[in-house]
Amino acid sequence: MSAPRSFPHRHSGHCETGTLGALLRDRGLDLPEPLWFGMGSGLFFLHTGLLRVGGLPVTAYRVAPLAIVRNATRRLGIRMRYERFRDDGAAARRLEELLSQGLAVGLQACVYWLPYFPSTMRFQFNGHNLVAFARDDAGYWLSDTVFEEVVHCPPEALARARFARGAFAPRGLLYYPESIPADPDIGGAIRAGIRSTCRQMLDIPLLPLGVRGIRALGRDIGRWPARLGTDRARAQVAQIVRMQEEIGTGGAGFRFLFAAFLAQAATHLAVPGLQDLSREATAIGDEWRQFALVGAHICKGARTDAGAYGELAALLTGLAAREERLFRELRAAT
Amino acid sequence: MKASEVPQDDSILEGRRRACYAEDAQGRYVVVASRGWEVERIVNEHARDALREELEAVRLQVVAGKASVLAYHMTACQMDYRLLAANTGLARFRVRRHLRPRTFARLPPRVLERYGRALGLPVEALLRLPGTDR
Repeated sequence: MSAPRSFPHRHSGHCETGTLGALLRDRGLDLPEPLWFGMGSGLFFLHTGLLRVGGLPVTAYRVAPLAIVRNATRRLGIRMRYERFRDDGAAARRLEELLSQGLAVGLQACVYWLPYFPSTMRFQFNGHNLVAFARDDAGYWLSDTVFEEVVHCPPEALARARFARGAFAPRGLLYYPESIPADPDIGGAIRAGIRSTCRQMLDIPLLPLGVRGIRALGRDIGRWPARLGTDRARAQVAQIVRMQEEIGTGGAGFRFLFAAFLAQAATHLAVPGLQDLSREATAIGDEWRQFALVGAHICKGARTDAGAYGELAALLTGLAAREERLFRELRAAT
Repeated sequence: MKASEVPQDDSILEGRRRACYAEDAQGRYVVVASRGWEVERIVNEHARDALREELEAVRLQVVAGKASVLAYHMTACQMDYRLLAANTGLARFRVRRHLRPRTFARLPPRVLERYGRALGLPVEALLRLPGTDR
């Protein structure tokens, strides 16, 4: 079985940047994924018990769903069209209309209902992004960029995934570029993306977000076993590590993707020191991987000593300091 | 992370590979396809074990007649009554009532169909507890 049209599918670290990049590549603007991530100022950190998923505090290493698409396209002067629907019939009809015009379309969907996902990864999560690029009698051809190849999906499954309810309900959302400038200002978008990333990592007042969020978690995490009990503490650690490594971040909670962005930004901007900052971002990512490793040992029960949580706390405190220095230097340089 | 250090542990991807960013021998960032990392297998299993335990607890409640079979299918779809209410368009308090065996047994077919649609099950399957004759 082969797709009725070809599509420039590319295996990507993250679903939203992969989808955005694929949509624009299909329309002739081919930029690497890390640039989309950086121009969309995707990097962030949030950990809060005020929001919960399955009873566990929410952890995010990136900004809210679709913020990357909105910010990156706005900064490049690309006009996007977003359409939501009241029912799955109207959503399916509109999708087919666009596909029959030869357009590729970005979709938001719930992972749980997508049959081509490995069973181990099918969780109720509504914020997944993918491209639909063709239709045949049996269903849709999708470029889901977190997979190596394009996939085929039955229409009922896709309809269900597009109309799952709950947090971040997609309501059938589809999106595509309406107009693309002939000569987009990539350097300007990179600069704006960097400035905005620095702001959200350093400047959000009052709430423990960005770098201060990492620091606050570092202060807190050492007390979890005593306050929450072993099982609960482990479940919360597991959840953080999953958000960092399992859900498709390119590794280390998007820190490697950001390091790649800084390296690529250096070829677009005449800013000295970007390569060094990229290397520092890589080293920070390596330390996040160390955090994940210790966290996994705790979850497995391989580390039950009191020192293990202290080690997590020390890693986070160190990471907060390192990320703070990185973003201050980045701000000073650009 | 160096490209040569990207883990290739068979973990949760069931033969698929994920894209990781890492530095090649020249220090340039490249995409490396990874079969998975032991760390993500451990934390993923931790999360799925919790779901399995919860489902087994609900199954026992259904067997004991303390919860309706709807509670089992809801939990099997990783939903709580709030999410199920959102997915069916029914009021939350009604969904909660339907988690009781006696209320559920009296539901008319059109309500059962709504639950079936939301949970991706035909009505006959919705009325059955998997692994039993009931």
